[in-house]
Amino acid sequence: MTLAEVLSIIEGKVISSNADLSKEVSMACGADLMSDVLAFTHAGTLLMTGLTNPQVVRTAEMAGIVAIVFVRGKLPPPETVALAEEKGIPLLASKYTMYETCGRLYQAKLPSCGLFQLTSDLWSNDSSTSC
Amino acid sequence: MVVTKVQEEKSKGETKPHPEVTKLQELVYELKIEQVMTRKVITVSPEDSLRHLKEVLRLNRISGTPVLSDGELVGIISIEDLIKALETGEIDVAIGEKMTRNIQTVYADESIVQALNKFASFGFGRLPVINREGKLVGILTQGDIARGLLRQLEMDYHEEEIHRYRASHIFEDIISDQTGLILRYKVRSQDFMHCGEAASKLKRALERLGAKPATVRRIAVASYEAETNLVIHTTKGGELIAEIQPERIRIVAVDQGPGIPDIEKAMQPGFSTAPDWIRELGFGAGMGLNNIKACADVMNLDSKVGIGTRLEIIINLA
Repeated sequence: MTLAEVLSIIEGKVISSNADLSKEVSMACGADLMSDVLAFTHAGTLLMTGLTNPQVVRTAEMAGIVAIVFVRGKLPPPETVALAEEKGIPLLASKYTMYETCGRLYQAKLPSCGLFQLTSDLWSNDSSTSC
Repeated sequence: MVVTKVQEEKSKGETKPHPEVTKLQELVYELKIEQVMTRKVITVSPEDSLRHLKEVLRLNRISGTPVLSDGELVGIISIEDLIKALETGEIDVAIGEKMTRNIQTVYADESIVQALNKFASFGFGRLPVINREGKLVGILTQGDIARGLLRQLEMDYHEEEIHRYRASHIFEDIISDQTGLILRYKVRSQDFMHCGEAASKLKRALERLGAKPATVRRIAVASYEAETNLVIHTTKGGELIAEIQPERIRIVAVDQGPGIPDIEKAMQPGFSTAPDWIRELGFGAGMGLNNIKACADVMNLDSKVGIGTRLEIIINLA
């Protein structure tokens, strides 16, 4: 799915200048925990998040995230936009909640990053993270 | 040429990397029709005779042409139509009477895959290419696609070769018993504004050295988590030191305090001592060390309270 298609599905807005909307995304993930983004995404992922600080862009760069969608109508501060433009990571925004933004894309057949085993939230000796 | 659909993997209750897509499949989606089409289109008009068409096809060594009337695309005519007309003795009939009016076209900005699907379903030898305004801008045959793909493969291969040359170049041209490249990055305590810059620079260095993208990603994630830990937890900041050898990279994150009281506890998923303001930035979920462990081939963590912490990450490159 191209970013242009994503944009029309989430009825979104482009935040960063020079955003290449012909870029392809092959899967998507919604997260506000950056460590989860680093752990569970693959290159080629579209990230939906409510965080707008520059670290989101840094995280995206390290994880090979194609583009970032800010949900809940949030707009990022100028320093986040500047960093994203420098790194060539397009920023989009949607007025919908995280749930609905992801839901719309999932309905349009954009797959997720995968499944996980259920891990107990008790601290056991079994420190197997599914990644 | 048939493009197979990438098969969806059945999930086995765990995250699997996505199925392999061949380079050719990738290119079929990536390349646009305008990058491979023939721009110089030879056309005929509906008033021309089939006898004229015969000469046009013979002189240009082609097997069909689009038919234009006042610059508008009105049909397509091929050598097959010409042969039929020869059989029935209609060689002097106007092209307009024998051409196919119901034309299948493709857009110049579409992927090659769209054209391949049309070739497969209609069995035509050529497809006129139009722009979004409906103007004819080129013609596309399966030969054009094959040539375009080969050209792109050759270009990609050439780029790859340059990368490989650069990478091997450093380690092959500079001779020692053991050559390594040492990159040091200073990391300041609580400096979230610049957190990630060291990992970012290290990532770029490895890309330039020609390391595999999947490996670069593991190194980037591990070093970014390590750098974040230095920013969040250290009192005086620390250093990220990467030692790159042809077959492996060793990343060491060192600081001089405060030190980790209970390493076993620190390694537990979800355990974190990060303050609230860090959590608001999307960090401090207690997954950093686990992420590093998942990315590393070898990970060692040593710490003494009041002395400092040394985290060593080794990732194989070969």
